[in-house]
Amino acid sequence: MNKRHIHIALVLAFICCACTNERVDTYAPTPISLEIPQLFQDNIIAPVIPSNNPLTAEGVALGKQLFFEPMLSGNNTQACADCHNPQHAFTDISRFSDGIDGSLGNRNAMPLFNLAWNYNERFFWDGKSFSLEHQAFSPVTDPNEMKSSWSEVTQKLQQDANYPTLFQQAFGTSQIDSILVTKAIAQFERTLISANSKFDKFLLGEAQLTPEEQNGFDVFMDEARGDCFHCHGSDKNPLWTDNAFHNNGLDFEFTDLGLGAITGDPADNGKFRSPSLRNLEFTAPYMHDGRFNTLEDVINHYSEGLKPSSTIDPLMKKVAQGGVGLSEKDKADLIAFLLTLSDYEFIEN
Amino acid sequence: MKKILCLITITLLLLRCESDAVSANTQTNVSLNFVHAWEDTPVTNSDFNSIQFTNENGEQLSIERLRYLISNVTFTTANNENLVFNGYNLIDVTNNQNLSFTPTGAIPLGTYNNVSFIFGFNNEDNYIEGGYPDLNSASFNVPGMLGGGYHYMQFDGKFINATNEAQGFNYHAIRAVENIGENPTFPKDTFFKVNLGAVTITANTVLTIEMNIAEWFKTPNRWNLNELNQMLMPNADAQIMMFENGQNVFSLKSVNE
Repeated sequence: MNKRHIHIALVLAFICCACTNERVDTYAPTPISLEIPQLFQDNIIAPVIPSNNPLTAEGVALGKQLFFEPMLSGNNTQACADCHNPQHAFTDISRFSDGIDGSLGNRNAMPLFNLAWNYNERFFWDGKSFSLEHQAFSPVTDPNEMKSSWSEVTQKLQQDANYPTLFQQAFGTSQIDSILVTKAIAQFERTLISANSKFDKFLLGEAQLTPEEQNGFDVFMDEARGDCFHCHGSDKNPLWTDNAFHNNGLDFEFTDLGLGAITGDPADNGKFRSPSLRNLEFTAPYMHDGRFNTLEDVINHYSEGLKPSSTIDPLMKKVAQGGVGLSEKDKADLIAFLLTLSDYEFIEN
Repeated sequence: MKKILCLITITLLLLRCESDAVSANTQTNVSLNFVHAWEDTPVTNSDFNSIQFTNENGEQLSIERLRYLISNVTFTTANNENLVFNGYNLIDVTNNQNLSFTPTGAIPLGTYNNVSFIFGFNNEDNYIEGGYPDLNSASFNVPGMLGGGYHYMQFDGKFINATNEAQGFNYHAIRAVENIGENPTFPKDTFFKVNLGAVTITANTVLTIEMNIAEWFKTPNRWNLNELNQMLMPNADAQIMMFENGQNVFSLKSVNE
């Protein structure tokens, strides 16, 4: 290597260093981590945080504001929170939610919590969206929901006095587009964590179950009685869902194909995502179409009301008899246990 | 001085290369590839969800869900020394996941008297402190009242019953348990060691292991689905029958580089 080459190398190295310094000065939002509950930390794998949408303080704050923002709807009257009410564990107490012009969908709004632990990342009752970011795209343009267009929404946000600055702080650009809107909402939704119910406290040794609640848990875990644990989690899977798709024997014939309409596979007809059993106290009505108003209705369905069909899950027991035929006491105790999964702190904050 | 530095650098590089070469020539990773069949007919998840198989007892059936656990892959040397890969793999045929498994670590090239694995977990692994978050997340755990630990297999489907109706079955293998509740007891261990026989391991060998699903219903116990179809986890006798039938389920199909 002669002197000329050495000089060139030194100059290049200097330029590289200069570039590096420039990058350090570039604005970056404040990274934050999810506060993972102890029971989740101890029992299940880490939540899904996409590398292209890491959590930041500014992103989460923006997402929260957008979640409650009526400008996302066509006539500025409806926000995500209207159908996903925090006081009801981010769901709607109506069987079907009203769109901005009063039209109704055909599914009950799903509650929103612990979404970062949906490992297969298929959202909605029928799994039609992959990733929380993608999920957030749908309601804005759905004619039965917010009935807007993304160009309208982004234009309104762009013209707002505050949003361009908030996007600048969250993503380093004041140019608003649908991708950044959905990224921010997804960041906020990932922070909706529910893990402070009586049963959580029981597992942490901080609370005692009543004999009825304990028997209800035993019914839940007993394959010969409730056999709920195969699809709805357990003390070792405190999400209280497998986030998988099952036909739980609601209908002889399907008016709503569920997952089957998405995959096109007849074997998936009538299958819907198992919802978490946390916070059932706040999330009635139940099932994908909100057909059951009470937990008693739900338990009676599994106990005596199962309907056979070609895709009914083999985990449904004694279908020919209508179900497992729980005693009245076991039914009442099962409900008592399910109510220990209510997280009042979650709905109050 | 410069020349000395260059010489030292080149020598170090050569030594490093030589060391790698030696390692590469004597040690290798081994992959296990799990395939499935109904007797002589290959089965994949594309064959699921339709009643197209007939078991030894003459019952027609479908497969809707099949996932199972293997652990502690072990190579036994000519000196009867066991090289054990601690670890496990949850093979999920339904979702076509983890059908291929490469245990962490390498073994010397050469011929081994036997290769084996545990179907499920041995008791030590089954009750390891803290459990397995990935298996918990997959809802593969067994309720404490049913003995705790983990499923060895979940095999669900439907069969045509005696009244000619499709009926669900849940052939779930766990550690056989009695006296379910707070203090369950265990009449017999029902995990088992699968011996695949002698193998010669060359660089990056792939062992293809076949599960003949029909065998779960066949030998030595001809399984009657009309009698044993659901709620088999608390049925110790059924678990012991699964254990016995499982002995002939796996075989080494091929060894490839």
